[in-house]
Amino acid sequence: MLNYAFKRLITTIPVVWIAITVCFFILRLAPGGPFDGERPLPEAVKRNLAAFYNLDKPLVEQYLIYVGNVLRGDLGPSFVTQDFTVAEQIAIGLPYTIIVGGLAFALAIIAGVLCGIFGALKRNQLPDFVLGGIILSGLVLPNFLLAPVFQLIFGLELNWLPVGGWGDGSIRYLILPVCVLALPHIARISRLMRGSMIEVLGTNFIRTARSKGLNDTPVVWRHALKPALTPVVSYLGPAAGYLLTGSLVVETIFGIPGIGRYFINAALNRDYGMVLGTVIFYMVLIIVLNLIVDVIYAWLDPRVRSQ
Amino acid sequence: MLGPQKQSIVEDTFSSPGATTQGRSLMQNAWLRLMRNRAAVVSLFVLGLLILLAFAGPYFIPYNYEDPDWAAFRMPPSIESGHYMGTDQNGRDLFARILYGTRVSLAVALVATLVSVFIGVTFGAVAGYIGGRVDQAMMRFVDIMYALPYILFVILLMVIFGRNVYLLFAAIGALEWLTMARIVRGQTLSIKQREYIEAARASGQGTFAIIFKHIIPNLAGPVVIYAALTVPEIIVTESFLSYLGFGVQEPLTSLGTLIADGASVFEVLPWLLWFPATFLVLLLLSLLFIGDGLRDAFDPKER
Repeated sequence: MLNYAFKRLITTIPVVWIAITVCFFILRLAPGGPFDGERPLPEAVKRNLAAFYNLDKPLVEQYLIYVGNVLRGDLGPSFVTQDFTVAEQIAIGLPYTIIVGGLAFALAIIAGVLCGIFGALKRNQLPDFVLGGIILSGLVLPNFLLAPVFQLIFGLELNWLPVGGWGDGSIRYLILPVCVLALPHIARISRLMRGSMIEVLGTNFIRTARSKGLNDTPVVWRHALKPALTPVVSYLGPAAGYLLTGSLVVETIFGIPGIGRYFINAALNRDYGMVLGTVIFYMVLIIVLNLIVDVIYAWLDPRVRSQ
Repeated sequence: MLGPQKQSIVEDTFSSPGATTQGRSLMQNAWLRLMRNRAAVVSLFVLGLLILLAFAGPYFIPYNYEDPDWAAFRMPPSIESGHYMGTDQNGRDLFARILYGTRVSLAVALVATLVSVFIGVTFGAVAGYIGGRVDQAMMRFVDIMYALPYILFVILLMVIFGRNVYLLFAAIGALEWLTMARIVRGQTLSIKQREYIEAARASGQGTFAIIFKHIIPNLAGPVVIYAALTVPEIIVTESFLSYLGFGVQEPLTSLGTLIADGASVFEVLPWLLWFPATFLVLLLLSLLFIGDGLRDAFDPKER
């Protein structure tokens, strides 16, 4: 198992390196520099700025310096927000993103798996059709549409929950963003889970378990759950990526001071250092999450391990 | 991107050989089955109506998507004024703007889907047919691309090269081809074992002639299904980017931009959110049902 995890880890290194290289050179291809404002800066100031951000050196040297710094965990200074390095800004935003994203991830898995099992057991009955409707709405309502509608209904009309912000960080502020972020994934996971559960419930070993006299509860939880989970687990890697994309919208709409909002602001303000740093950070995060998912997958399905 | 589950569904659908029946061609058969699927037929009708409205509608309404009506700012929907869906803060007719936005969203979806089909089919067919080391290297590249949060790259491109609509088309399309390449490669691997490919090779045709003349035409089924499933994904992606402010710019508009504008004032001018949202949801729903219907129509397991 450890051996497998290690092998997977080795293969991800070139991925990260290629991605950093591509991002770096795309950014340097950009017409104009980050300091070309409305009013031209004095020549001396420009030179100092260029020297500070290493922009006066040859491109290859800049690249080597940047990669060296990234390897040491230094993502460089922010180009727009003075006195802050990219790493500091990420460190400030990270807890919020992790709390919202982590809760949404957990909610999506738990609710999705439970709904899927329920739908499979009540196949083609009323609860299954209700579930089908929920799944469909989760698939066609993008989160940037769901978020304002939820704000309107639960925040303004019913006045149950705050419309946005972080407040004191209590659960009231978290409910809406977490639900909006999780809903599309609840839909996808429950659809996967329903399908695979129906398939597993039709196999011979489940018939054996039933013929021993077991009823639904032990059959589902002790025998069918583990094999039925494999497609769900393989979806979790991409899901982490989608959640992250979704968090850009959710953090912006609900005014949560996480990394997603920093990224959007940096992109809108053309803060190249911050954009590049955030992309690298996100990428490493997603690759690590994918790695964890792969290892769990190998644990669930021994056929993968032996390859 | 649709994720691995849809990919496996599409692959399963086509992995069994002998998918054709005698008498009717695969395409005719699929068309008949699609016509028997009620949800898909209704969706086709709705989609057709939306397309017709988006392209012919502007000729039948007296307002233009960018010119303000100085007599009607922030006007709620009404029949008498001719602003059937009201106007926005700048007095522009919402109906005209929605029709324009639908057109932009459809155009982005069409162009980006074509780009992704072109890249994905070529890449997948070449990798699958040549095989060996080349195949491994090419598919490894696809795996690498899969692991990256591609939407961030689109945003990165938008930041650097400015918000250009054509770049948006190309960038989304160029990043959506990965799953298509995987599906096509899988199909190519099974097609290249068939006798007619062997016959083509025996008659002395070159590798690329075989790929483009004999392999790609036989991939039509899975390509059509997956392309149909890609269209709504691209519409959502485009709306998402426009919503965040990285997509289509004023005075041009798209459904995502309209929703973003509406969402910021929906307390006072709720119609600015509801109408574009309805159009987007109708569009996505009909495309989703058509995609599902196509998949069922091509599914040989049901036969």
